[in-house]
Amino acid sequence: MAAAARLVLRTASGAKVLRAGLGWLGAPIRVPHAAAHFTFHPDPVPTRHGPTQKMNLFQSITSALDNTLSSDPTAVIFGEDVAFGGVFRCTVGLRDKYGKDRVFNTPLCEQGIVGFGIGVAVAGATAIAEIQFADYIFPAFDQIVNEAAKYRYRSGNMFDCGNLTIRAPWGCVGHGSLYHSQSPEAFFAHCPGIKVVIPRSPVQAKGLLLSCIADKNPCIFFEPKILYRAAVEQVPTEPYLIPLSQAEVLQEGSDVTLVAWGTQVHVMKEVAAMAQEKLGVSCEVIDLQTILPWDTETVCKSVVKTGRLLISHEAPVTGGFAAEISSTVQEECFLNLEAPIARVCGYDTPFPHIFEPFYIPDKWKCFDAVKRMINY
Amino acid sequence: MHRITEMARSKLGAQEMRPNTSYRLRVSVLARAQRCAAKMAALMRFGKLCRIKIRVIGQSSSFKGSPTCLLRRTFSIYGRLSQQTFDSPSDKPQFPGASAEFVDQLEFIQPNVISGIPVYRVMDRKGQIINPSEDPKLSKETVLKFYQKMTLLNTMDRILYESQRQGRISFYMTNYGEEGTHVGSAAALEPSDLVFGQYREAGVLMYRGFPLDLFMAQCYANADDLGKGRQMPVHYGSKELNFVTISSPLATQIPQAAGAAYAMKTLNSNRAVICYFGEGAASEGDAHAGFNFSATLECPIIFFCRNNGYAISTPTNEQYRGDGIAARGPGYGMMSIRVDGNDVFAVYNATREARRRAVAENQPFLIEAMTYRIGHHSTSDDSSAYRSVDEVNYWDKQDHPISRLRHYMTARGWWAEDEERSWRKQSRQLVMEAFEKAERRLKPRPEWLFTDVYDENPTGLQKQQEALQRHLEQYKEHYPLDLYDK
Repeated sequence: MAAAARLVLRTASGAKVLRAGLGWLGAPIRVPHAAAHFTFHPDPVPTRHGPTQKMNLFQSITSALDNTLSSDPTAVIFGEDVAFGGVFRCTVGLRDKYGKDRVFNTPLCEQGIVGFGIGVAVAGATAIAEIQFADYIFPAFDQIVNEAAKYRYRSGNMFDCGNLTIRAPWGCVGHGSLYHSQSPEAFFAHCPGIKVVIPRSPVQAKGLLLSCIADKNPCIFFEPKILYRAAVEQVPTEPYLIPLSQAEVLQEGSDVTLVAWGTQVHVMKEVAAMAQEKLGVSCEVIDLQTILPWDTETVCKSVVKTGRLLISHEAPVTGGFAAEISSTVQEECFLNLEAPIARVCGYDTPFPHIFEPFYIPDKWKCFDAVKRMINY
Repeated sequence: MHRITEMARSKLGAQEMRPNTSYRLRVSVLARAQRCAAKMAALMRFGKLCRIKIRVIGQSSSFKGSPTCLLRRTFSIYGRLSQQTFDSPSDKPQFPGASAEFVDQLEFIQPNVISGIPVYRVMDRKGQIINPSEDPKLSKETVLKFYQKMTLLNTMDRILYESQRQGRISFYMTNYGEEGTHVGSAAALEPSDLVFGQYREAGVLMYRGFPLDLFMAQCYANADDLGKGRQMPVHYGSKELNFVTISSPLATQIPQAAGAAYAMKTLNSNRAVICYFGEGAASEGDAHAGFNFSATLECPIIFFCRNNGYAISTPTNEQYRGDGIAARGPGYGMMSIRVDGNDVFAVYNATREARRRAVAENQPFLIEAMTYRIGHHSTSDDSSAYRSVDEVNYWDKQDHPISRLRHYMTARGWWAEDEERSWRKQSRQLVMEAFEKAERRLKPRPEWLFTDVYDENPTGLQKQQEALQRHLEQYKEHYPLDLYDK
């Protein structure tokens, strides 16, 4: 199961000969590929939400959107190319099922998409906007930061755009280079008034997305695109909510606390296994899930117990969200810390194409950090 | 933007089959995928190699070769430009992007800026109706209301401008010369129509009956302010009067208004949206977004541009080189008109017709009201630094929306010197009463600094609020607590 779900991008021998089926490129091309930098292990099948179905992450997103459109007659879904099912297949079948007025393409203009979504929400309808890649959310930065986030506050709660949810594919994908790999959550973490949420799996994705849609504040929901197909597990078909601003302890441990979100949670789970096996170190693995407003309590409670903290994210280290977690934990848990807090993150460079294997904070970099922390 | 898409698929679900999808192509993709050890990986490599969207293509019956990667234009099936059927032998252009004939002569299209879109007028500068068939024939009562709202706004402007000069409020922006655009358009709307504005549309609120006390409360940021004292002066809003709270970032309200209008349409509310902005704001990307979205998504909205000749110090010839803003409308497939903004009836007629048609036909309308910004941009600006006093005086004395309407009323015997004198006195008194009351009122409780960031305060924010409270207990003498509500 897990093996089947891995993003195997090469044979064991390393580089693989690929015949590109393009007439003008008839010659075989050698393309170096890195192995997937993580392994997805599904969580235990949730039973409390009724019947489940095997879904990958994009299907669980579709399921959440389907539930929303059927229960909320005001809900609309829009963005670039969502009508035919979306470039990642997240909206497949929804237009046929709910009509072209509720699932529709917009012109190719991100500031327009978010501004339009704010307006839909202000008028009292539920707006679910898609930005095709998180990398292209920046043209809408003004609408998100100056408008969506401040709507309720500046109007004294007369108007708000709490019915707005912005979804965007997020994170590295093996070959996405500068503009199909970014993790912009820290840019938004500095902005009071919005919520930023990132799931690690299909079950989490559906529950958290439904919570974002139900939440009375504008939410940005980042979907780890590398998991769209790679992550497969049993997902409840009925709607269910997973609370926002609550981190989840995935694995109890006593020596080190590991905090991550999105795909990186799976890297951390592997690091915890390696640390146990190679060093006899017991790691507590925490999925933060909500970046803003984040769950300080769960993280600090864990660090009080373990005395050591490693935070890891794909985004560049300087100004990354790990800095916020690190300084908060340092303030709250000063007397419990046994070692400096470690941040294993992307480097302070743009996200590269061919150097991706060296760029990402993979399990070996995280493992090494754990080792050094233990020996501090 | 260049986008990459993986179309790595392990099986073809029936739900993903579009009726016009070429099965042959699908099968060829699948067959190739099956030849690989990992279908997914193979297809992902295609995406990677091509660096373009992999898409299934429609209308590929005549296509030869093995095109797995083609850019396919997804077009709205409910757009006004429906795609032509593919008909190769014909000598007509078959391009999906436009509906046009071929020409065999090279000729660039010239902009028509010398003789631009004409300015629609109902009455001349002396208040005479030019074409009786265009006279909206409003009742005396309505016309008096127009006049009183315009002059009351003018009185409030003078007093609040002075109050800022004396340091009693921090900031102000007057509406001098643009009172007609506000009142004329507001009168043509239904009270339930949602208004999005820029900041120089206080007359719309005035027309809808926003109390002087609340204008003042907002400018003074006192405890009566509906916005809880959080925004700069003139950033008004009223839920009750369907006037969305003003914000400083220019043009951000334009795509928002389009979204609100779309929601009105889907909720079948029989409501329209009006969105006001200046000619400077129309240069923002958000204006482009809002116009284009409202046209392609068929929204019942009126875009109302106040072209007053200046964006702070920037004259229009540094703002654009086309024929103003109205000329852009047709480029977006939008019905457009240019009106004399100093003619309250011209503004009223254009807005009323645009409103009627926008709701009936679910399409956007653009009204460009030509005016002149008689006052300074704001209290932080001295406009004599970039324009002549003579120019300003011409508009103030020779062509003003208030004096023009007064001529109209006088000619009908609806208004005379006596009424003018007593109304001036009365309106000044009303404004002064509200002004003094607002000035005496305490500011809101400091806790309001923390509320409404979210619908409920997150734990972290609660802690910050408690920290401030503790701090104030210890250092209260260093803060102006006596000015604030307890």
